[in-house]
Amino acid sequence: MERNLMKGNEALAEAAIRAGCKCFFGYPITPQTELAAYMAKRMHKAGGVFLQAESEIAAINMVLGAASTGVRAMTSSSSPGVSLKSEGVSYIAGSDLPAVIINVQRGGPGLGGIQPSQADYWQATKALGHGDFQLLVYAPASVQEMVDYVVKAFDRADKYRMPAMILADGLLGQMMEPVSFPEINPNAYDKSGWAANGHKNSREHHIINSLYLKPDELEKSIVDRYKKYDIIKETETEAELYLTEDCDVLVCAFGATARVVKSAVNDARALGIKAGLFRPKTLWPFPVKEINEAAKSAKKLLSVEMSMGQMVDDIKLAINCSKPVEFFGRTGGVIPTPAEVLDEIKRLGGSL
Amino acid sequence: MAVVFERPKSLIDIPTHYCPGCTHGIVHRILCEVIDEMGIEGDTIGVCPVGCSVMAYDYFNCDMIEAAHGRAPAVATGVKRTNPDKFVFTYQGDGDLAAIGTAETVHVATRGENIVVIFINNTIYGMTGGQMAPTTLPDQVTQTTPFGRDPKLAGFPVKVCEMLSTLTGTALAQRVAVDSVPHIREAKKAIRKAFENQKAGRGFSIVEVLSTCPTNWGLAPLDAIKRLQDEMIPYYPLGVYKDVTEGVFDNLKGGNE
Amino acid sequence: MTTEILLAGFGGQGILFAGKILAYCGLMDNKELSWLPSYGPEMRGGTCNCSVTISDDPIGSPLVLTPHLLIAMNQPSFDKFVSCVRPGGKVFFDSTLIEPECDRTDIELFGIPSQQMADDNGLKGGSNIILLGKLLKETGICSLETMQKAIEKVVPPKKAALIPNNFKAIELGMNA
Repeated sequence: MERNLMKGNEALAEAAIRAGCKCFFGYPITPQTELAAYMAKRMHKAGGVFLQAESEIAAINMVLGAASTGVRAMTSSSSPGVSLKSEGVSYIAGSDLPAVIINVQRGGPGLGGIQPSQADYWQATKALGHGDFQLLVYAPASVQEMVDYVVKAFDRADKYRMPAMILADGLLGQMMEPVSFPEINPNAYDKSGWAANGHKNSREHHIINSLYLKPDELEKSIVDRYKKYDIIKETETEAELYLTEDCDVLVCAFGATARVVKSAVNDARALGIKAGLFRPKTLWPFPVKEINEAAKSAKKLLSVEMSMGQMVDDIKLAINCSKPVEFFGRTGGVIPTPAEVLDEIKRLGGSL
Repeated sequence: MAVVFERPKSLIDIPTHYCPGCTHGIVHRILCEVIDEMGIEGDTIGVCPVGCSVMAYDYFNCDMIEAAHGRAPAVATGVKRTNPDKFVFTYQGDGDLAAIGTAETVHVATRGENIVVIFINNTIYGMTGGQMAPTTLPDQVTQTTPFGRDPKLAGFPVKVCEMLSTLTGTALAQRVAVDSVPHIREAKKAIRKAFENQKAGRGFSIVEVLSTCPTNWGLAPLDAIKRLQDEMIPYYPLGVYKDVTEGVFDNLKGGNE
Repeated sequence: MTTEILLAGFGGQGILFAGKILAYCGLMDNKELSWLPSYGPEMRGGTCNCSVTISDDPIGSPLVLTPHLLIAMNQPSFDKFVSCVRPGGKVFFDSTLIEPECDRTDIELFGIPSQQMADDNGLKGGSNIILLGKLLKETGICSLETMQKAIEKVVPPKKAALIPNNFKAIELGMNA
């Protein structure tokens, strides 16, 4: 397969178009702007719609409108912009609409910074908007995975009629790596049973809606959605397990941080410390089975994140606090170095 | 026996939740008459607001989408851009359109988005029980202006048609009222024109409908009509604020007028 | 084998462009590679740097902190990064703009007046490519042919007329 050299942000855009995304609505923000610029250049030629919205709020609601008609739609932003989108994401979830949202994370809170961060883990996995709902969250760690998971996100969003997010970061968005585009033949999901695209006087009218004024009706809609979530938790988890079979120290990291950790794990192995890497590729659903498998021989776990420690809670829950789980992180846009992580591994490995 | 008057086909035959004397029913009806007359129900997608007409999706027989508060123009943009051959309208109240959704309103207009906006101006928030709206008149008493709206404290009312008529993308901005038979006829003509604009691809069309809210105004329905005539129309003059018959994109020099 | 390269200078000196050429060299030679720019206000004229890693194995962290090879195009970059270069590493710098104050004996310094050479040869803005030529000569990181192919890839089609100038700059650097 031909290898191209592309920035992560551009690869996300190209993959979306190839996955059958027919419209992109966005608003400029560093460090994801290349994605919108790429869409502006390519989307029209690909027979789709690119529109720069007046705000993140408008952009996500344009996605809601397009998705309501059964069209594959996407928006992208970076942390502060994703906060603005949260209202729309909640409505999309509540209306059972498929959509793809990309967050190329930067440091927060507030205006924060523009350097890479993973401090939106909680937002993505726990609370991207009000109400009882989840979205699928994929955490690529390479430009190639940006491509692969955008394709998957569109598919699963359609399959389950729910929003899916790519949780990337500034480092993955800005870096270039070789990437190949697989032959993509998007699954065609039949949306004729619900899409609001004009009934042509041949069916009952369709209503796309998240309002239920009767509590028992609202409860039923949510319970039904959670039944779907149960299936997703059972079938959609994905993780990479690296050198975990005999590991004493299991280091857990996702996205760009996992690359730093992999270097550190290799360095630790060279020093004779049995370190391994657990990398969740889906953050929701969290790969519970997989982490328990990875942690079998481990005496201690370490979560490394570009935040003050957000995934670390999910790790403790996933292993039911059966082993000590420690945390190391850098935040505010500072990228942890392999040497720093190695020091942490040594500290944990040495105290075994 | 010849039928001379019947319910429009695109208006579903169920009781609405609107209060007695409310004029939403009249506007729903004339909107549906236009849809029927143009024969476009099967090709129309409507977008509802948050406010009293939040559940209008149960009354219109075309496909319907319920938007977040103020976001109907953005939702309609997403629909129209991906389905340019369909008719798309939003139905919004004054709080939805002229307060929380002002940015969406201004930008859908300046983009010349080829949709129709039906804007219900009754100078009050109805659904939440009668608070100040962006269009509440000076000195008008509401739950959140208990001593009357004081512009020094709460600013001045927004005149939506006047504002949007300054934008190049606006093809039609017309203010009508539903207080009398002649005015209702005028209103229906304006809505028809707005949909014809959409059919011809002329750009953004808004029809502002001065309406009543007897419940939250604390007036009997007829007194409410009288208030509309005596207080609202002088402040919000009826008429065509902009009507670009040739279409907003025919002269692409741009620049807001 | 893994080679980590850091390029640093002022925004506008072609740091990212030179880094891209190196990245494409890796792509042409079927290696694993990563290219990571610093991003932010430096795009608008401040300091700017770029990490390039070329390897036979999958690349972990793409951020180059301890480079094997450093290209420095201004004094602050030289001063900041020369201490990070790995023992045995090589530093290429523009001696027109940089006073090389460095007491390290475990690295090799290659200073050439690339800015002056570019000006003398009518290659405005070619200082970065001249330094690349020098790097190519001293490291053999790839073949000349590979680098020429990479240049053809990186120069945008609209500016294809500038490709011969870039080739000339490489040659000047190799012979400096």
